[in-house]
Amino acid sequence: MDEKERDSAVSLNRRNFLRAGAAAGALAAGAGAARAQEADPLITEVQPWAQGWGDGVDANPYGMPIEFESDVVRRNVGWLTADVISSINFTPIHALDGTITPQGCAFERHHSGAIELRKEDYRLMIHGLVDQPLVFTYEDLERFPRVNRTYFLECAANSGMEWAGAQLNGVQFTQGMIHNMEYTGVTLRTLLEEAGVKPEGKWVYVEGADASSNGRSMPIEKALDDVLVAFKANGEALRKEHGYPVRLCVPGWEGNMWIKWLRRVEVTEGPVESREETSKYTDTLENGISRKWTWVMDCKSVITSPSPQMPIKHGKGPLVITGLAWSGRGAVTGVDVSLDGGKTWQPARLAQPGQAMALTRFYLDIDWQGEEMLLQSRATDDTGYVQPTKNQLRAVRGENSVYHNNGIQTWWVKANGEAENVEVS
Amino acid sequence: MSKFRNLVIAAALAAPLAAPAHAEKLGLGRPALPEEIDAWNLDVSPDGTGLPEGSGSVADGETLFSENCAVCHGEFAEGVDNWPKLAGGMDTLDRKDPLKTVGSYWPYLSTVWDYAHRSMPFGNAQTLSADDTYAIVAYILYSNDLVDDDFVLTKENFLDVEMPNKDGFIVDDRAETEYPEFSKPACMENCKESVEITAHATVLDVTPDNQDD
Ligand code: HEC
Repeated sequence: MDEKERDSAVSLNRRNFLRAGAAAGALAAGAGAARAQEADPLITEVQPWAQGWGDGVDANPYGMPIEFESDVVRRNVGWLTADVISSINFTPIHALDGTITPQGCAFERHHSGAIELRKEDYRLMIHGLVDQPLVFTYEDLERFPRVNRTYFLECAANSGMEWAGAQLNGVQFTQGMIHNMEYTGVTLRTLLEEAGVKPEGKWVYVEGADASSNGRSMPIEKALDDVLVAFKANGEALRKEHGYPVRLCVPGWEGNMWIKWLRRVEVTEGPVESREETSKYTDTLENGISRKWTWVMDCKSVITSPSPQMPIKHGKGPLVITGLAWSGRGAVTGVDVSLDGGKTWQPARLAQPGQAMALTRFYLDIDWQGEEMLLQSRATDDTGYVQPTKNQLRAVRGENSVYHNNGIQTWWVKANGEAENVEVS
Repeated sequence: MSKFRNLVIAAALAAPLAAPAHAEKLGLGRPALPEEIDAWNLDVSPDGTGLPEGSGSVADGETLFSENCAVCHGEFAEGVDNWPKLAGGMDTLDRKDPLKTVGSYWPYLSTVWDYAHRSMPFGNAQTLSADDTYAIVAYILYSNDLVDDDFVLTKENFLDVEMPNKDGFIVDDRAETEYPEFSKPACMENCKESVEITAHATVLDVTPDNQDD
């Protein structure tokens, strides 16, 4: 485009701007213009974006979501923790679709804040009951054979605030301590074999480089099975808040074990029984006895829309009900949806066949006639486990648990399309 | 661990993913030096593995705790505002809203030593010496009425300290207590007679607004 053309485009743009102002006025007058008999000025009037220029390719070297999506962000709940440095926020799962969580809105949990650790300063040590204790640099890790895997990460405390009854009115808060990414990395097995695990080595202790020094123990069987030392997520480098440059992925197991800024893997004879596996991440039953080593995240699902943050605004007629399902013990094989609080159920449609230890998206397309609904979803995994109700869980565990609440969620959808977090008998 | 072994076998039988074959070592990385391992290998296990030489008294611990810990955890480890309480809560575990502290809940003293030494004070971690840590741990025990005020904690007497809730834990038993019950065929019709709403989230009104918080 030469100078002259550009000038004329600019003036066109200006003219257009005036015209668009008039169109906006027309729209306000005939509210709901798209459905009215009158012609829609968005169609009949040439719009500025159809005439002038958008941003050049140098405007956003790394793109952010468009401003109109600025409410699709992580949120935290101030009263939950004493301080935002050791705290948690929540993925806006109500507003997402598909299964992959963009890194920029995937929930965060830190125990001493999200640190900045350069690749050049990164070291990973493998030691303990091994033939040769080793230190790897980031570059070393990149030279091992790589794998790609998609896994969900769910905090064991997801839905924890709901143990004693419905509390938070939004799926972002009730089920949003979860994300699902495609990771690239090296299996922990590859690294352990490089060091050579001694026969007495029955456990590994994994630890992060941040000031919380968060560390967890796991049986060597898991470490040699599917644990991943990851350095990419969704194709790009991990974000700072997710452990850049290297984090651990422990498929199907509680998020606290997915050590960020992984710096140390120690092969041991027994578990370390660190603070995060004794004081926390243990589950107190009604009789005061607590379960420990409750690593696996059981099968769970939730309807993400409609939900309290996603009311039905379009009135009667076709309605897409959608949600997410997952299991730490395998693949989701089916999801049933109830519109009446669990009296009757119908199978939902899985967008893709369930994938082991990854999120599955489901849909149920209905004709909504403005009736009240008590919406529930119930997932089944390939072990035959069927997601229980919250009351079924309470019958076994009592009401003092915090972690591992995988109970069925109920949304009360009212005639006006608004939804509320409720519990039903 | 038999349950776990089955899980591994099941995974092995499932369709193999494209995993790289591990034939031989690649010779990547370098040997970790003994002093490097010592610098990072700080964790302490229930049997005392990892504990350095040293000792500390309740009296010294009281001063150290007051200087380094009390702003958040209170002078008597009773907790300030929303910051964690480290003392109290004895015999509350089987009641509604149990109070879980070092004294009422933690099964191993090693965990207290390890966490205080490696992860605290919050914002200034890994600054406590071994002796300071022994002293502070002694003081936390004293705050929980578990030792007398003249007590001195040492590497040698460490394992003699009895934690009240040491027998309060069982290994995950969901495979026995939950999985059979929750693996019955799912009901599709006439699953219950009536449905009543029993709880509303909006009653509590604790959900953050859309814009901030
Ligand atoms: C600035 C505030 C602050 C100071 C000072 C502080 N702590 Fe903490 N402490 C915290 C926070 C926050 C946590 C919880 C951290 C988390 O969960 O990630 C915590 C957790 C703990 C816990 C575990 C509590 C539990 O029930 O799991 C212990 C033990 C502890 N601190 C001991 C100490 C000791 C000993 C000191 C002094 C040497 C100290 N803290 C100084 C804020 C503080």
